[in-house]
Amino acid sequence: MIHLKNVEKVYRTSSIETLALSNINLHIQKKEFVSIMGPSGCGKSTLLNIMGLLDAPSQGTMELDGNPVNNFQDKALARLRNEKLGFIFQSFHLINDLSVLDNVEIPLLYRRSSARERRLLAQQALEKVGLSNRMSHFPRQLSGGQKQRVAIARAIVGRPEIILADEPTGNLDSAMGNEILSILQQLNSEGATIVMVTHDEAMAKRTHRLVRLFDGSQVL
Amino acid sequence: MLLNYLKIAWKVLLRHPFYTFITLFGITLTLTVLMVLTSFLDHLFGAHYPEGNRNRSLYITMMMQTDSARESVNTGPYSFQFLKRHAKTLKSAERVSIASMFGFSNSYVGGKRIKLNTKFTDADFWHVTNYKFLEGKPYNDQTIAQGERVVVITDDLKKQYFEESTESVIGKTIEIESITYKVMGVVRGGPPTRVYTYADVFFPYTAPKSNYQNAGMRGGYQAIVLAKTPGDRPEIQAEYDNAIRQIPLPAKENGFTFSVIVAKADTYFDGFLRTFLRSDNEPNRLAFYGIASLVLLMFMGLPAINLVNVNVSRMLERASEIGVRKAFGAPSQTLLGQFIIENIFITFIGGVFALGLSYLIIYYINSSGLIAYADLTINWVVFVTSLGVCLLFGLLSGVLPALKMSRLKIVDALKA
Ligand SMILES: Nc1ncnc2c1ncn2[C@@H]1O[C@H](COP(=O)(O)OP(=O)(O)OP(=O)(O)O)[C@@H](O)[C@H]1O
Ligand SMILES: [Mg+2]
Repeated sequence: MIHLKNVEKVYRTSSIETLALSNINLHIQKKEFVSIMGPSGCGKSTLLNIMGLLDAPSQGTMELDGNPVNNFQDKALARLRNEKLGFIFQSFHLINDLSVLDNVEIPLLYRRSSARERRLLAQQALEKVGLSNRMSHFPRQLSGGQKQRVAIARAIVGRPEIILADEPTGNLDSAMGNEILSILQQLNSEGATIVMVTHDEAMAKRTHRLVRLFDGSQVL
Repeated sequence: MLLNYLKIAWKVLLRHPFYTFITLFGITLTLTVLMVLTSFLDHLFGAHYPEGNRNRSLYITMMMQTDSARESVNTGPYSFQFLKRHAKTLKSAERVSIASMFGFSNSYVGGKRIKLNTKFTDADFWHVTNYKFLEGKPYNDQTIAQGERVVVITDDLKKQYFEESTESVIGKTIEIESITYKVMGVVRGGPPTRVYTYADVFFPYTAPKSNYQNAGMRGGYQAIVLAKTPGDRPEIQAEYDNAIRQIPLPAKENGFTFSVIVAKADTYFDGFLRTFLRSDNEPNRLAFYGIASLVLLMFMGLPAINLVNVNVSRMLERASEIGVRKAFGAPSQTLLGQFIIENIFITFIGGVFALGLSYLIIYYINSSGLIAYADLTINWVVFVTSLGVCLLFGLLSGVLPALKMSRLKIVDALKA
């Protein structure tokens, strides 16, 4: 499904060069649930962003379904992000002045679907995360756990095959974190491929496979 | 598709009432100021009743006499005789009219005093201007030569003096400064901002106290020269310049010896500048144009900069939203399109507000009596142009940052 070959990422600013990733070779199978762990600053987010087509590697190739995406144009990348990928961020990244329902509808705005269809799919996605009673609320009126569930609904509303989650439970207490993980496990059992960055060993244990990073390199 | 964009744009505007208000306020203010200002300038300098021929007219209004040391200067309008000799005779002109500057006089009706603006004119005055006769007709050369005591009055004066009479007042008499005149014609009045033609009552120049026989160069008269076409005017100006050069100098008037005369036939606007700047030097005129355009630019520029400012900061604020949308599959182009539509949309709403506001202000000025016979109008060319300018600023300020934003790497946008 996702295949990274000799991926390297260098951040260059005028004065410093940071080697955020080096020589990463990783193959994520269909329907796998993989967790990524490692100390802060080791490159976990960078890796996830490359897999999610939010950033491009400096070296090496990133393949999605066997197609290298290095040379894809903005439009093609946007389409892949829209159809194949769903992102969940640690800090939720909801749009504050859109209602919960409007937030969840966002991925559907960039594909052919009617307003009715969008509404229906968004409602279904919110039901799945147990938030159908908060649809017309605004993000400010929600708890952290509720926000993250809205973010999950947004990630799954377009039925992507791959869900990428960057510390989805990092800002939540353990009970809420467990609940979020259960939702992700449920989605995985329904066929979604999931890659999740986490700091929590217990959570990592509940996934199929663990990838460990240290200082930009894969150690496991 | 477009409808969808508009719907989203509408939602976005409602979502940010404060931003929307500031932007709309800026656009509306800029446009309204521009439109009222140009409408005012057009009222002052455009060719309007009763000076509808202004575009092919020249105005001979002021003479400047200077001594050889260039220390003393005498400036003022001309004597009737001087104009008769040097202006009336211009061969390249279609017609030349001589009329006095407007003076003040009183008339009494039923013990009530009416303040009057008076003007002594020749018969050609009624040809170079386009005064509309509601009743009667103008006096002609014959009337003037016979020294008949006749006047032409405005509808406004008719109303005041003849007490709202709806009947014709032709042949009736009017007493001004204890002299009785017969009313020959009633014209629709013009605004006092058109000083060369404005008056409440017009006398033939042979009427008492016109001083038309005074010798000397200076007096109380001015000339309006009508050219066949606007393009004929430089020729007339050259002819007049030449006539002035023939005058033997130095000369003496009222005990003042002068060796330089500046006397020009100017277009209306140049004449205004000459009076305004009290100068005949071209560089000064350029400086005036320069300063005027600078002031205008600042006038327009301040709201425009405000607009740009608000737009840019608003865009920066939306960086993270742009990041989110892109992460979920929005192509840069679509986002850019959305921003462009938003900008055009708000600019047009501002345009509609400005149009309404300008209408109200102009209507108020016209009907308030602030300026008698004010005839300010909305200038559509100006409206469309300034709308275009606003749009340009809106696009520059909204789209350039949006373009930058939409090109921003998603990870960076999300971090903002
Ligand atoms: N835009 C950037 N410019 C320069 N350096 C960057 C940039 N983004 C990340 N880095 C650097 O790259 C390295 C990896 O960062 P990354 O965010 O991937 O770490 P992480 O493993 O996700 O850390 P955390 O657990 O704290 O989220 C860090 O040293 C970081 O300073
Ligand atoms: Mg991280």
